[in-house]
Formats: sequence, structure tokens, C-alpha cells
Amino acid sequence: MIAFNHVTKQYNNTAALDDVTFKVNPGEFVSIVGKSGAGKSTIVKLIIGEERPTHGRILVGSNEVNKLKSDELPRLRREVGIVFQDFKLIPTKTAAENISFALELAGRQQHEIENLVPQMLDMVGLADKADNFPNELSGGEKQRVAIARAMVHKPAVVVADEPTGNLDDFNTQEIIKLLLKINEFGTTVILSTHSRHVVDSINKRVISLSDGKIISDEEKGKYTIL
Amino acid sequence: MATTLARIIKYGVQNFLRNGWLSAVTILVMVLALFVFNSLVIFNFLTDSASFALKDKIDISVYFKEITGEDDILKVGKNLEALPEVRAVEYISKENALKIFSDAHKEDVVISSALEELGGNPLLASLNVKAKDPNDYDKIASYLENSSFFAAIEKVTYAQNQLVINRLAQVVNALENVGISVVIVLALIASLVTFNTIRLGIYSNREELGIMRLVGASNKYIRGPYIVNGILYGIIAGVLSLVIAAPIVSLASPYLSAFMPDVSLSNYFYGNLSKLLGYQLMFGMLLGSVSSVIAVRRYLKI
Repeated sequence: MIAFNHVTKQYNNTAALDDVTFKVNPGEFVSIVGKSGAGKSTIVKLIIGEERPTHGRILVGSNEVNKLKSDELPRLRREVGIVFQDFKLIPTKTAAENISFALELAGRQQHEIENLVPQMLDMVGLADKADNFPNELSGGEKQRVAIARAMVHKPAVVVADEPTGNLDDFNTQEIIKLLLKINEFGTTVILSTHSRHVVDSINKRVISLSDGKIISDEEKGKYTIL
Repeated sequence: MATTLARIIKYGVQNFLRNGWLSAVTILVMVLALFVFNSLVIFNFLTDSASFALKDKIDISVYFKEITGEDDILKVGKNLEALPEVRAVEYISKENALKIFSDAHKEDVVISSALEELGGNPLLASLNVKAKDPNDYDKIASYLENSSFFAAIEKVTYAQNQLVINRLAQVVNALENVGISVVIVLALIASLVTFNTIRLGIYSNREELGIMRLVGASNKYIRGPYIVNGILYGIIAGVLSLVIAAPIVSLASPYLSAFMPDVSLSNYFYGNLSKLLGYQLMFGMLLGSVSSVIAVRRYLKI
């Protein structure tokens, strides 16, 4: 479960988030939508402790994120799978090694890793790119590796921050399909996006943000921001 | 725990190999740093040897009056040897003194004929006294002046050589002080250059460090491979710098022996090879790993 309780985040006196309260239940698929600067990325950054709220409480599972110390953040981040707009693959590791890395952090044994990584690569359709480095992959391929890395250790929650922002329509569809598949397995998915096309195709819960405030929160919502 | 350590070492070696050029350049800089360090150890040995040789040349001679018996002189010698400042006392009898003198002036016709004309032995028996520290000749001289056997002493050459002895003592001290200062300054410069090279290498990996933090790697896990990297640099550079130093030492040693016949640089170098290697490895690994820790730290704040 993820809960934001009256969360405000200010950067130099301008509020990126203004008194935001919502709750995401286990197994839900939630899209957070809004224009650039509405506060979508700030929500993602707050969930993984990359930023700290100015006011309010943030719960992720059993963690009260706003109270975690710097050396407690790695544990939180291992409980959450994260997908970034700019992929954030480790450039000096191959596709397979990037995925292994998440399993290593989760403390898995080598034989488990050797089993799981090819399965995962197969699932995202990149079995033949295992030994390619990120600079040898296309944008869509990179993002599929990133998704594989985010979910290989079976986290309870996957957070995706504009994962399709740098991709073409075809790859966007592929990525969204993957996220929906992950959700079918029972993983909570939080997707931040500014794409009307993406949101309308998903047909699940939508939280709409504008100027740091929640303006609507609907089950089976559509993109309503003008 | 063991798995984590094995992974850290694996990534350290992997980084090292995949960043081949960076590793090569860093090692090159480190070899230069260690080479300076090496030269300094050798320089230190040379100044030590030089100052030892100089100190060895400094002594005072105590000449005894004609009437003083050999037993009495030897007794004085025993007393002097008991002083904590004294390193060695050598007795030179009248006959010995004459022999040394005539040997030294064998070629000089005037002196040899003058000696022959004189008939007897005009020279005095003496004690040759060497101090452990050149600064202590003052103390030894004043001990002699205040002792009960002062009456038996004809003269102490210290009074005449005082100025020269003091000046030599100052030169020796200055030589050692300058040596140590040069050691510290050069070692510092070499360390800073190496540190900066390692820092630049890690700066080029800063994106990677941030990503690892964001996907949940602990600081130890991120830092570990870089420490392994630094240690590898240290080991390879340490061995290389000795490999480079060896032929140079062998070439330079004969020339140095011409200046200081008692000193053999190559004997010192090969005799202390394992110690030198130990110093180099320790210095190199410490420099490499500490530089890495400091350089990585600033990118772990995400």
C-alpha cells in the first residue's frame, strides 16, 4: 500500500505539490496524469525518497518514507521497482548484467540469477540482446531492459515515471502492455504520464494533477485535462 | 556476505578490464608517483650513507705528554669509551704514529731526510676519539679538560678543528633536513596527482553511481568495486615501478660508488627488494583505495 497524507513539496517557495492526499491499494494500476510541471515526477521522487516532502507523511509498505535516513533508502528502493523516462541503465553493464544487478541487490544467489535473467529477457522480447551494452540498444529496447530490471526481483510495487516519454507509438504500446502484464501478476503499478493516448487506452484508475493539486481521482478514468 | 564480497571483487576486476585505457593511464600516473616515492627512499639511503661517511671523518685526537705511560693512556681510553657520547676510541702508539707519518710522506725527500737527521721519534702517542653524534665533540672535549688526567695531556686537536667540525656537523644536519623536506613535498605532489587522476576516472562514472543509488544499491556495494580498482592500480603500479627502477639502479650504482666507495646502491636495492616492494604496495594500495573512497563519496548523496 502507498499513501500520501497531506503532502506538500516546495522548491524555493513554489509548491510542486500542494496538500496532496491519496491512497493506492495493493494490486492496483494507477495512472497519474497532468501537464509538464503538474507534479507527477515529484510524486515518483517522493515515493523512492529521492526528494523529501516539505510537509506531510508518505507511506510505502511499512516504510514512513519522510522519516527514512539516507542509509535506509537503499532498502526502500529495493522494495520498489522503478522505471525512468531516461531509462537509467548502467552504461558499463550489458542488458543481462543490468537485470542481474537488481537481483544481486536483493541478495539472490548466483544460480537463481542465472535462471531468472534469461527468463526475464525472454519475457520482454530481448533474449538475443543479452550481451549488448545500453548504447547498442534502441530506446524501446532500453526501456524494456529497464522494466525487466524493475520487476525481476518481484517487488510489490513498480513505479514508472514517464516511461514512454522518449518512445515512438509502437514502443509505447509495447511498454504499456508490459506494465499491464506485470499488474496482472498482482504487482501494484503507478504510472506517471502526460500522454492522453496512453491513459485512455488503459482504462484503469486515473489521478489527475494540475499545478500540484489533485483535481480528479476516478476509477476507470480518462484523460480529462485540457 | 561472502557472495557480496565476491561480487564486489568481480565488479572491481571487471571495471578495471572494461575501462582499459583509463586503468592504463591511472597506473601510468601512479607508477610515476611510486617512482618518486622510490627515488625518495633511495635518496634517503644516500644522504644517510653520505652523512654517515662524513661523521666518520670527524674525530678528535688527544695527544699525551712524552712521559705518560702506555698503561695510563689505555686507562684514559677505557674511561672515554665508557662515555655515552663516544662511539669508538683508537690508540695510536708513538711507533705507530711514526710509521703512519713516514708512510704518508715516503715520496717527500725533504721530510724523510729530516726525520732521519732527527734520529729519534718526535711524535706523541695519541687517542683517536669518534663521537656517535658530531654535535657531542664539545662535551667530550670539556670532559677531557675537567678530568683528573688532564695533566697528562699535551694537547687536544679539537680546539684547533672546532670550527671545521662544527661546520661539518651543520652541513650534515642540513643535508638530512633538506632530504626529509624534499621527501615530504614530492610525495605530497605525487599523491595529489594520483588522487586527481582517480577522481577524474570516477567523475566519468558519476552517472552510473547515481543510477546504482536510485535502484537501491547500498553505499558499500557501490563503493566496493572502486576500492578493489584502486587496490589493483596500487599492486600493478607498485610492481611496475620497481621493474623500471631496477635497471636504472644497476646503471647508476657504479658511478655512485666512485663518489662514495663504501656505498653500494645496487646492494642496498636488491638487499631490500622485498621491503621496498612492501612499501610500494602499501603506499600504492592505500593511495588508490583512499582516493577512490573520497572521490566516490560525493556521488552517493542521491
